[in-house]
Amino acid sequence: MTRQEILDLYFVETRHKLIEIGAFLDRIARADGEEDFRLKAFHAGLAELVRDEPHAAKRVLLAFSDPTQEPIPTATTQTACGAWPGAL
Amino acid sequence: MRYIEPHAHMVSRTTDDYVSMVASGCAAVCEPAFWAGFDRSSVDGFYDYFLQLTDYEPKRAAKFGLPHFCWLCINPKESEDIGLAKEVLSIIPEFIDRPNVLGIGEIGLNKNSRNELEVLEMHIDLAARHDQLILVHTPHLEDKLKGTRLTLDALKNNPAIKPERVIIDHVEEHTVEMVLEAGFWAGMTLYPGSKCSPSRAIDIVETYGAERLWMNSACDWGVSIPLSIPYTAMEMRKRAHSAEAVDRLIYQNPQAFLRQSPKFTV
Repeated sequence: MTRQEILDLYFVETRHKLIEIGAFLDRIARADGEEDFRLKAFHAGLAELVRDEPHAAKRVLLAFSDPTQEPIPTATTQTACGAWPGAL
Repeated sequence: MRYIEPHAHMVSRTTDDYVSMVASGCAAVCEPAFWAGFDRSSVDGFYDYFLQLTDYEPKRAAKFGLPHFCWLCINPKESEDIGLAKEVLSIIPEFIDRPNVLGIGEIGLNKNSRNELEVLEMHIDLAARHDQLILVHTPHLEDKLKGTRLTLDALKNNPAIKPERVIIDHVEEHTVEMVLEAGFWAGMTLYPGSKCSPSRAIDIVETYGAERLWMNSACDWGVSIPLSIPYTAMEMRKRAHSAEAVDRLIYQNPQAFLRQSPKFTV
């Protein structure tokens, strides 16, 4: 596909997602209380999007990922929250 | 259009979903054992679940002419309890020769704990001893990268495991390359919010090629889409993929992997 064809197919949908991100950040800003590590990880992911380098999706995923190698001693929860607390 | 749904948790779906899938061209459905959304209280719960997967569910699918296959294991979300895991593994051989059982799955890691890893290694050993195919679940979100690396190490550490007989599922952009480079099959899961979207799955195919790659919906009791494979096939056509390329990805590829089990005759 050409770049023009990709823009025709995905631009409006992706524009919508970008505005949703802006609205999410506005919502966080309006709210009271403390933030946590997830918002810092989110900003780290956003920073990957504006770098002029290939593989943006992969770099965003890596920004949220646990990079350590060793198994944890015990699973104390069954769920994932989307960001690694030790990242920042 | 024809397709194989290689990963769907049909016990959690309505009969209407079977109708929609068959009407959309589904030629076979494969159901890995998984977490029920709550922890089962004893091995007896797994015994009944394995009966459901090997007896009741294939009959339900057969009412619509749909061949139903399954995989057996204890899911990594319940693997922290080593004692329970050992009990469950001990009853799997009783079911393994049933006509719709394809192998051991979906095994793997959830939070990447030591006990989860020990249970994963026990499952790998069970599959090796019984010459079974393996279907691996990789962890969610922030745990996927580490869990995929640990899983690859565990598989490589067992000399009886042949990579071409193992599918590592739920790959995304940051894990697909390491799986394919190690010689394993890779599954892309089309699941809202937490896994691949159709457009990203097609990006992965365009970036890495379609060899040893399949797509699945992993539809279950959560918000998920049983028809995500045909929907993605439609998007592939929009992106100028040929009908042959679509057929290869959604029918021929899963067929090639699954036919390594003599029970899969679709």
